[in-house]
Amino acid sequence: MNKFDIITTIQAQLGDSILAVQRKSAQRLYISIEPQSLEQASRLMLETFGARLQIATGVDTRKGFEVMYHWALDTQNSIITLRVLVDHETAELNSIAPMYPAAEWIEREIWELLGIHFKGHPDLRHLLLADDWPEGNYPMRRNFGATT
Amino acid sequence: MNKRTIVPIGPYHALQEEPEFFKLHVEGETVVHLDIELGYNHRGIEKISESKTFEETIFLVERICGICSTSHPIACVQAVEDAGDIHVPERALFIRSAVGELERIHSHLLWLGLAGHFIGFNTIWMWAWRFREDVLNILELITGNRNHYGMMKPGGVRRDINKTDMPAIRGLLDGLQDPIKMFRDAVIQDPLIHARTKDVGILTREKAIAYGALGPTARASGFDIDVRRDHPHAAYGMLDFDVITCEKGDVFDKAVVRILEMFESIRIIRQCLKQLEKVGGPVDSNPKTVTAGEGIGHYEAPRGEVFHYIRSDGSNRPVRHKVRAPSFMNVPTNRETVLGASVADATIILAAVDPCYCCTERMAVAVDRNDGEHLLDARDLIRLSCEKTDRLMAETGFQGPSLPDF
Repeated sequence: MNKFDIITTIQAQLGDSILAVQRKSAQRLYISIEPQSLEQASRLMLETFGARLQIATGVDTRKGFEVMYHWALDTQNSIITLRVLVDHETAELNSIAPMYPAAEWIEREIWELLGIHFKGHPDLRHLLLADDWPEGNYPMRRNFGATT
Repeated sequence: MNKRTIVPIGPYHALQEEPEFFKLHVEGETVVHLDIELGYNHRGIEKISESKTFEETIFLVERICGICSTSHPIACVQAVEDAGDIHVPERALFIRSAVGELERIHSHLLWLGLAGHFIGFNTIWMWAWRFREDVLNILELITGNRNHYGMMKPGGVRRDINKTDMPAIRGLLDGLQDPIKMFRDAVIQDPLIHARTKDVGILTREKAIAYGALGPTARASGFDIDVRRDHPHAAYGMLDFDVITCEKGDVFDKAVVRILEMFESIRIIRQCLKQLEKVGGPVDSNPKTVTAGEGIGHYEAPRGEVFHYIRSDGSNRPVRHKVRAPSFMNVPTNRETVLGASVADATIILAAVDPCYCCTERMAVAVDRNDGEHLLDARDLIRLSCEKTDRLMAETGFQGPSLPDF
């Protein structure tokens, strides 16, 4: 499967849940998708394309929390980033850790640092911060330290 | 039913002198569960980075880890270059690869020495670290520093390699070939090392993929990935080298991959030096600004892929800087490899992924005092491991790897 086939398959499978496709360079592709199709998209990356989850990045933006899943296609010399926007109010996303253990630690990290709750995560507890870290205090949020 | 006890390794790892906490749940001598606790060394580097300029960020990420002190900067400058579409002169690419490969040799020698120490062969330890000094001398010659080289910058490297230093660098590099052959023969053919490491701590290919294992940990299990070959960057697309893989994924295979990789690194450095004689020009494109955008940089560090993501808004500071070290993916594989092993083997299994805690935190093993357990400290763990080696020596009559006396 070459790069073109991969993009065609993603578009065919995900259809309307694709919000934007940005081709940064020949090696970098950013695809914004609806949060509800995250599991389906991840399964597609993992099982159909044999991609490897490098890591996920969470960013606090004005529009909401942006969570990016960076998938490396090692046979294609490219990285596809799946981008989802999570609402500030709900701050919730489905966990992909049950189907892919590699995502377990990073979801724990994003939960404790950015405060996004991962539904269905097998073991959502502190990873880097202390166990007695005050609840609801998320260091990577923009308002961290503003009120405390 | 057997009584379950918890053997804590940590919160300060007694063997690797780094903060981390492994809770080994054991029944009798057998490990039945592993709980890993991190965070004792979390310095909030991603957050600090948001207050640094792109030039300063490189110095910050260089201090994530003392051993990978050029892998993080290479990945980071590549992320900045990807975000701002910054051109890098060819000569700088060869210097980046040469310094990166020197770092790989010194890191693998460091691991080999520690692994020898853990299973009771202090001669390997002393010899490995003695030749690591030569690598550090080359690095000092090139960069001015034994660690924290300060070589990388967005758009190139900070220092050129002087033509007058070439003969000395080549001499030291040639001197490394025979000692690494000595380690290869001593370790790979030794029956006692086989008895201690073969079929110990197996990570299957399926599990390596499921956990997203990286570097030598993945390659020892037959998961053939190497960012240098799969995603060519720096000068790797212009160089000839082999990616070393094994099939079984036990401690022995992990050692073999690392030892053989050192020969490849020497090959790569020689090619780089040769190219540096031909390729002239500047070593820095001196970018003045980083345009708004986002970029991903990754580099095959000694332990696996280092990943950096940078988002720029057009100012001189990153809006977001995500760092992922290879141990973050490799350490969780211990939950699979250590199950069913004895406490005496746990020491070497947990060390076989060559974990780097200050990178990952951004972890350890012990027994529950309240339940009549007792605490094992570092000395106990090394003692248990060394006793097993002694027991095997007595049973089999093997003497272990023979290395020349100093």
